Amino acid sequence: VSRAQRILWTLAAPAAAVVIALTVTSVVLLLTGNDPIDTYRTMWSSTTNRASIAKIINRAIPLYISALAAAVAFRMNLFNIGVDGQYRIAALMAAVVGAAVSLPPVLHVPLILLVAMSAGAFWAGIAGALKVTRNVNVVISTIMLNSIATGVGAYLLTEHFREVSDQTNTTRTPEIPESGRIPALNRLLNWFGLDFDPQFEVVFGAVVLAALVGIAVHVMLFRTRFGFELRASGVNPSASRAAGVATRSMEMKAMLISGGIAGLVGIPQLLGEFHEFRDTFPSALGFNGIGVALLGRNNPIGIVFGALLWAFLEQSTAALALQGITPEISFIMKGTVLLSVVIAYEVVARRQEAAQTAAVSSHTVVDSRVPAGATA
Amino acid sequence: MTATSSLPPPLTETRTGPTAARTAIPGAVRWMVVAGAALVTLSIVRVVANGGDLTSSGTTGATIRLAAPILLAGLGGLVAERAGVINIGLEGMMILGAWTSAFFGYEYGVWVGLLAGFVAGALGGLVHAIATVSFGVDHIVSGVAINFIAPGLVRFLAGEYFPQRGGSISNSPQVTGNLGSFSVPFLSGGYGTPDALGRIESWDWFFVSDAAGILKGATSGLSTFTLLAFGLVPALWFFLWHTRLGLRLRSVGEHPWSADSLGVPVYRMKYLGVLLSGGLAGLGGAYLVLAAGANIYREGMTANRGFIALAAVVVGNWRPLGVMFASLLFGFGFALQLRDKDSVHALLLFAAIAGLMLLILLVQRRHVTSAGIVAAGVGGAFVWWVVSDSVPDDFIFITPYVLTLVVATVASGRLRPPAADGVRWRKGQAV
Repeated sequence: VSRAQRILWTLAAPAAAVVIALTVTSVVLLLTGNDPIDTYRTMWSSTTNRASIAKIINRAIPLYISALAAAVAFRMNLFNIGVDGQYRIAALMAAVVGAAVSLPPVLHVPLILLVAMSAGAFWAGIAGALKVTRNVNVVISTIMLNSIATGVGAYLLTEHFREVSDQTNTTRTPEIPESGRIPALNRLLNWFGLDFDPQFEVVFGAVVLAALVGIAVHVMLFRTRFGFELRASGVNPSASRAAGVATRSMEMKAMLISGGIAGLVGIPQLLGEFHEFRDTFPSALGFNGIGVALLGRNNPIGIVFGALLWAFLEQSTAALALQGITPEISFIMKGTVLLSVVIAYEVVARRQEAAQTAAVSSHTVVDSRVPAGATA
Repeated sequence: MTATSSLPPPLTETRTGPTAARTAIPGAVRWMVVAGAALVTLSIVRVVANGGDLTSSGTTGATIRLAAPILLAGLGGLVAERAGVINIGLEGMMILGAWTSAFFGYEYGVWVGLLAGFVAGALGGLVHAIATVSFGVDHIVSGVAINFIAPGLVRFLAGEYFPQRGGSISNSPQVTGNLGSFSVPFLSGGYGTPDALGRIESWDWFFVSDAAGILKGATSGLSTFTLLAFGLVPALWFFLWHTRLGLRLRSVGEHPWSADSLGVPVYRMKYLGVLLSGGLAGLGGAYLVLAAGANIYREGMTANRGFIALAAVVVGNWRPLGVMFASLLFGFGFALQLRDKDSVHALLLFAAIAGLMLLILLVQRRHVTSAGIVAAGVGGAFVWWVVSDSVPDDFIFITPYVLTLVVATVASGRLRPPAADGVRWRKGQAV
């Protein structure tokens, strides 16, 4: 199979998935008495203005980071389902520490990031330690830790870290001062001639952070020995163990890195929009991140497109409410895209495998012409 | 291996494990001793720590009602994993079952609603089976996708169908009708007979009234749906361990390669397991709508019960009776949280005493690491009980999850999931 053919097959899978998802969604829309073409037109036209584009980018940033966190662990066959809990604990701790100290911006923001990453790594590390020392299934432990994070987070927020002088109904932490925030990119973009009015929509400065994390993950996975061993352990654990990879310590490290990245998921909103942790802090970014990671085949570049598609679907369906269509149609789209894309990848993988087997057996036929005595 | 060997004894936890030689006492007797000891401890704790509601019939009744949906979904998780397919999608299938049972229950009556809940859950299972069994998608991935689709799908459907029926996008209209309930005559006053257990409970005698209270809670005001849920425990056990079909289904979860070589239709068995799994989870969702109180579907009413059910499968060691005990344990925690917060505090003392017994056992058997963990837990629970006078709500909420982690950690050597659980099996592929 040539390289071009392989790339074509790889792209065919997501394309097929989008077609299937559109078909399923259209059927659902038709069954509920709505016009699919009209719906898609509304979705598209609602996102062609600058404010919507900014919103899509802002939505895509945490999704991208979340998907990177999931992808690092997935690459090693560790199903870190716990990104959700990891980032919520991390965002809470980051908000608390960020509000408690006053430092110049060059130190304040890095400190907050460090706290967030440490808290995320710690929470994921529990699952990692249980896996390494007691062989507890990571899926089970991270699911449990997600719910435990909900309870512990709610307890810490209401009992210990709550803003006391609060007059409003929301339970929240004290506000992070100006020096601990990540400035919006609007002024920079305006400087380049892209006119985003900050009055309508800010563009999170954390987009830079996301890009840096993406590059770091890419380099780590594909340009370092550690990344090679991580991927090798994921593809064939017993072979890599035989080749001298210390699987257990790799598992622990993979979980810590995954959790550390997960810790940053809440940062764009925390330091760019809310400046505090609230009981209404966005949840489920972790599970969406898993979807995005699968869509992008756990590849930092592929995940960019996955995150943008996800953010586009979320943003564009919001406009449907005006038309009397429930915006949750986006979940149906996302779910069917996800399910059909993983099936399509699997089908492609099997085809390639079959092609390889065919290629190998055709070689064997050639070899068999060699006289019997000539082979060792 | 199990495909060819004889049936393992069903009700005992220990004989199939590595400790087979040590136990000579029959499993049923051991369980009765454990239950008796637990009851005595509960009675002591009730008196010492002032946990008035720990053993009341009301608490037991609530425990059973709260355990039933977890049990149903847990049995669903069990049957899928027994066929070798992990079903993380239980939560999504519960949601499908809950919504559908409300819609069909409102339109055609409660019994149709119950059936529709099963069918909707099974359809979720069908999607999972197509992805994992036919296409070989990773079980976790497919389950995550289903958990993703289900809440969005039902919210979309609710928005399209409930408002014009007197509900809203997040609420169904009230389902009229009733599945019926049952109290045992003479013991708990069913059919207008005397209420013997209730009388004894009111005497407030140490241990005797405690036992009567628990028994009354377990024998009065039981919804037909509850009876169905708990009836499924022996039914599923009989099916899996005493029928040909059940043996084949389990063989596929233990060693699909040998099962295949012996002519067991592996794919078909896995489909059966996953469809049944989805159906049972759907029934769990339907229970929440039709038997848990208000006869209304509310968005988010499953509240992670699908994941708690998954925990019950682990804590219950992949056995129907174990899943039932785990569900009851989790249900007990939630019941106390709802009814009497002081009792939850008293439960800390109970946990410390129970942990102490486990500790003695572990020390006897020289499990040093586990003993250390348990000792720390016992100390922590006791100190906590002494220095505090209440337990925050949030901690009660996380109890099932923490308990599951503890069980998975301490008992990791004794837990025995099906050998080929989670394996993406393909016909004709080598081991």
